[in-house]
Amino acid sequence: MEQILGNLSLLFEFPVVNLKIVVDGVMIGALFALAAYGLALVWGVMNVKNLAQGDFVIAGGYVAWWLSGKGMPPLLGVPVAFVVLWGIGWVIYKLVISRVIERDLFTSLLATFGLAIMIAQILNLLFGSDTQSIQLEYDTLYFFDGFVDVPIAKLLGVLMAAVLATCVIIFMKRSRMGQAIRATAQDARAARVLGIDTEKVYAFTFSLNSAICGAAGAIIVMVWVIQPFYGISYSIRAFVIVTAAGLGNLPGVISAGLGIGVLEQYGAHIFGIGYQQAVAVMLLLLVLLVRLLQQRRVRQSLQ
Amino acid sequence: MKSLSALGVCLTGAFLTFSQVAFAADCEEITLGSAISLTGKYATNGAHAKNGYEFAIQKIKDAGGIKVGDKCYNFKVIYYDDESKGDRAATLTERLVNQDKVQYMLGPYSSGMTKAIAPVTEKYQIPMVEAEGASRSLFNKGYKYLFAVLSTSEQYLASAVALAAEKAKESGKDPSDVKVAIAVENDPFSLDIRAGVLEDAGKYGMKTVIDEKLPRDLSDMSAILTKVKLLKPDLLIVSGHSKGAATAVRQIGEQKIDVPMVAITHCEAADVVGNFGDAANDILCSTQWAETLTYEDPLFGSASNFDKEFKMAYSEYADKTVPYQTAQASAAVYVFKDAFERAGTRDKEAVRDAIAATDLATFYGQIKFSEAGNNIAKPMVLRQIQDGKYNVVAPSEFASHKVNWPRN
Repeated sequence: MEQILGNLSLLFEFPVVNLKIVVDGVMIGALFALAAYGLALVWGVMNVKNLAQGDFVIAGGYVAWWLSGKGMPPLLGVPVAFVVLWGIGWVIYKLVISRVIERDLFTSLLATFGLAIMIAQILNLLFGSDTQSIQLEYDTLYFFDGFVDVPIAKLLGVLMAAVLATCVIIFMKRSRMGQAIRATAQDARAARVLGIDTEKVYAFTFSLNSAICGAAGAIIVMVWVIQPFYGISYSIRAFVIVTAAGLGNLPGVISAGLGIGVLEQYGAHIFGIGYQQAVAVMLLLLVLLVRLLQQRRVRQSLQ
Repeated sequence: MKSLSALGVCLTGAFLTFSQVAFAADCEEITLGSAISLTGKYATNGAHAKNGYEFAIQKIKDAGGIKVGDKCYNFKVIYYDDESKGDRAATLTERLVNQDKVQYMLGPYSSGMTKAIAPVTEKYQIPMVEAEGASRSLFNKGYKYLFAVLSTSEQYLASAVALAAEKAKESGKDPSDVKVAIAVENDPFSLDIRAGVLEDAGKYGMKTVIDEKLPRDLSDMSAILTKVKLLKPDLLIVSGHSKGAATAVRQIGEQKIDVPMVAITHCEAADVVGNFGDAANDILCSTQWAETLTYEDPLFGSASNFDKEFKMAYSEYADKTVPYQTAQASAAVYVFKDAFERAGTRDKEAVRDAIAATDLATFYGQIKFSEAGNNIAKPMVLRQIQDGKYNVVAPSEFASHKVNWPRN
């Protein structure tokens, strides 16, 4: 308790720390938002709650890490991980997801939970259990007497995340496939009647999701560290964000992602870093509670 | 026909006796058992330990085996993969004892696995010499058949506290003015380290300004480092396995944290020099063993000789440092050899007593067990990363280099 109060007083004593926390939080949150957007896509279009979301992220990280070890420029890892995970996502869709998509909620939860375990163990067998990261040879920018540090590598990561998100948004709005995906999300049966090949749309959506995750992972390995068993923490955050923002609400997903990033950093500062993830989970509980009360009032089902 | 086969038996017998005299290598076998992590999260270190066992066994074989009374023996190990799971390790140990009739055990990898196995070996009164479980909670249970060649975990970074006190005195300050910041993972091993540091810091009257637990899936500790920047401690202790080491070194560099002394664990596992280059400079790393230490023994020679010969035998280690996990595994096998020879019998009670009475100088350091079974003769070593090299800086009697202080 004394420590918590001490930490709180530090925030007031050195106001610049708040800025540092917000900057760090936004940078982390941008990547959470990316993984969460993929989840919202799959959830909204296919009604599959993908528990392996975080493991796709980590797999993408390992693709980038492995190739950069073979001499590939690290920044190229992002598009390459996007492509490789696209392929992996497509194979997983054909092998597993297409068989559970019409089933009830628990079948798809169980299937993706199994996938999560499989991916983590395969990565562990292939690459070992040590943590890995890519160190980029870029400087760090310092502001406010060195209190706020922005490594250029992180900045690049956030920029790439933003570019990727923008591309996906434009694609969804403008392209025929994007329209087909949105139509399927609204009403799969009606879309089928109107001649949309929903099977193809599903395969595409799932592949796109895992590709987005892969790119996020390739960015994460450049700014933080990855380990085969880290997937779950990204899955949890993606779920929190999507639950908080609602499906099909892209600005909501992005702002919830950034918000969770910042709140976690505050939580880590005030309660200690061990409680960082607890903040995210507490938030999930809170969101669920609020949603439940809202629903009760307007008598609608969760969209 | 009968006479012919009799002749055959006779001849074979004669040949056998002859060959036994002629080749000392034809020793009988003593079977050891080990459940070790070859898959799962400890797979990397499990393999390091297994290689250490196998290297020592081969080395003993080449040197003429183990002399027990007037007979000679070689070790053979039955390995099972515990998949880095405690319950699996315990089951496999039951199987080793009951089905394979193993009478002596080598340890698994990690404190957790050792904790799972020890009650089983204790139940069947099987002597186990382990090399990879450092948690001190292993040695307060009153186990009589468990022996560990390594230093227990609360000693890992305690020597950094002594070093900080020494430096404070040199610069004209009182050791009680030293401020300590601690960030350790919330697992038994790292909490032991924290306990050791707090205990020693308490002795000097040092003040702990930050005392935080790192989460299991740590990838960002900027919140702690910001506090470090504000509170300006003189000593920063970080222990969180390889992810803790990697995250700490990278972010200390990024955030320009200028604490005079930073001490962490698992530098080699995280390959902080290879991954982060200059950012790792002047960081202190604790280790059980280093190849530059001046220890030696008749079997392996000096510590550097062990390093050289091991690299020749296992080419995959050629361009990296041999991990201490491997060296201590070899030392555990050596303890068994020494105990068998002193016991002069294969009776497991006699062997257990001989192990308990071990007082052995090895390439890995002195080995002498306390009543509880942990090695009390070998100090932990602190190395400092100086220009990308790991140089031993403490304890001073084995140190090859002077410590760079303050950092940066």
